[in-house]
Amino acid sequence: MKSRPNWPAGLFALVWLAFILGPLIYLVTVSLRTRSEYLGKGAWELPDALTLDNYVTVLTGGFGQYLLNNVIVTVATVGIVVLVAVPAAYAVVRNTGQFVQRGFTLILMGLAIPAQATIIPVYLMITRMQLYDTLTAIILPTAAFALPVAMLVLTNSLRDVPRELYEAQSIDGAGPLRVLVSLVLPLARPAIMTVVVYTSLNAWNGFLFPLVLTQSESSRVLTLGLWDFQGQFGTNVPALLAAVTLSVLPIFAVYLIGRRFLLSGLTAGFGK
Amino acid sequence: MSSQRPSAWYAVPAFAFFALFAALPMILVIYLSFTAWDGLGTPQLNGGENWSRLLDDSEARASVWRTLLLMVMSWLVQTPIALLVGVWAAGKQRSRAVLSSIFFLPLLLSTAAIALLWQALLEPNFGAFVGGPLFLGDPDIALYTVVLVISWQFIPFHTLLYQGAARAVPPSLYEAATLDGATRVGKFLHITLPQLRYTIVTSSVLMLVGSLTTFDTVLILTNGGPGTATRILPLHMYITGFSGFEMGYASAIAVVLVVLGTALSIAVMRWSGFRSMSSQQEGS
Repeated sequence: MKSRPNWPAGLFALVWLAFILGPLIYLVTVSLRTRSEYLGKGAWELPDALTLDNYVTVLTGGFGQYLLNNVIVTVATVGIVVLVAVPAAYAVVRNTGQFVQRGFTLILMGLAIPAQATIIPVYLMITRMQLYDTLTAIILPTAAFALPVAMLVLTNSLRDVPRELYEAQSIDGAGPLRVLVSLVLPLARPAIMTVVVYTSLNAWNGFLFPLVLTQSESSRVLTLGLWDFQGQFGTNVPALLAAVTLSVLPIFAVYLIGRRFLLSGLTAGFGK
Repeated sequence: MSSQRPSAWYAVPAFAFFALFAALPMILVIYLSFTAWDGLGTPQLNGGENWSRLLDDSEARASVWRTLLLMVMSWLVQTPIALLVGVWAAGKQRSRAVLSSIFFLPLLLSTAAIALLWQALLEPNFGAFVGGPLFLGDPDIALYTVVLVISWQFIPFHTLLYQGAARAVPPSLYEAATLDGATRVGKFLHITLPQLRYTIVTSSVLMLVGSLTTFDTVLILTNGGPGTATRILPLHMYITGFSGFEMGYASAIAVVLVVLGTALSIAVMRWSGFRSMSSQQEGS
């Protein structure tokens, strides 16, 4: 059925487009300006020349270390979450015992815990464990707070697997570990991808735990690094915005390659 | 056959991990709210001192009001826009698909990146609106400016939710309505809105709890200023704990935060008759 174009809605969408795109255009164009042009000319005047100097400033100013730290934190967090959540989700779906089911209910209640409210006890625990100012300090709570959503997504997906498939495997004499590897892993692949994306984004963009649990430059992650650049560069806003642009590039690349995966990971558990 | 099922051990690592780093802190924060602790030594029990102090703390009360104002404002701004943009983006037209891929771009930026970008954008001397209002520097409009930034950051996420839900509405409903001569507005009000009601609830819970716990945006944008104009509850907790080194008192504020968040989610779910389990960790 063909419908007439909806002009008022189209107009509204264009206004919205300008609101979304405006700041992003500002971000990229200012990051390509020289500092003197930024200070001397209005934001909407065309620059005389563009420059990549700001990017050089950022890349030689510790950005590489922060990026590396971010990659380590993200990979380790995702690794832990997938490693513990997949077998646990398998147990929740196939083991009807009280321990497993009660524990799962408890984890789901964790969906309601705001991480902000736990920073003081987490800080206490991390300092007592002698982990303060290490990347491990960031990884452990970040992974724990990703578990509720990960478990929710994985169990929802495994519940859709017909019971006969599990039973056929058991009749063939396969132990639970075999079933996990040869049945659960392949079938849960889309759900695992969702969990990977969701957890990566949380770890990659995390701010609160790094802020409270680390201090020195060697354990600084990207988000805190950006904040620190603000103090370091002072009025050198073009350099700051170059750093912001660089921090977005890796995720932008993922968006270009796998938009569907990225978006489904973002709405993990809430999309249905 | 039951021996072929996975043993409870399969779940133990996940449970232990969650218990240690998420559940235990929840219990500890209640304990710490009854102690005096400067962040270095050992927490000392001090009875209900933090709690009686909290009742008399006018700054805490003011920050609760600011938080409520922020929640209400960001819900009022975000919900209609996200709903309309989401329903629009659900259309099958090529132009809509292209534009909505742009609409989702803010989702790629971290909160820190967004706050720094907007701070530069609104900077009064060299930003994009020189000669305009002071935005973050004006105590009367700073909180509304924060709502603006939060909306830019989170409307795309809620748009995504609404787009998915609007695509799942059975086309036959619209076809039948068209045969009955329904107008476009009529179809939106009588088909789309009722079909999206669960999404509206989910999105609202995420939004309300998200703005209740807004923290990094405000820390970077204003650090609670000018004066205390944007010092909302989570920031008040952070400043009390990590700048004022009154961790025990800050824990009491944290407990208030948890209670408010839980009460809020339950209230919205009850009020809307929403039963199914849903989450509230992500988004604002």
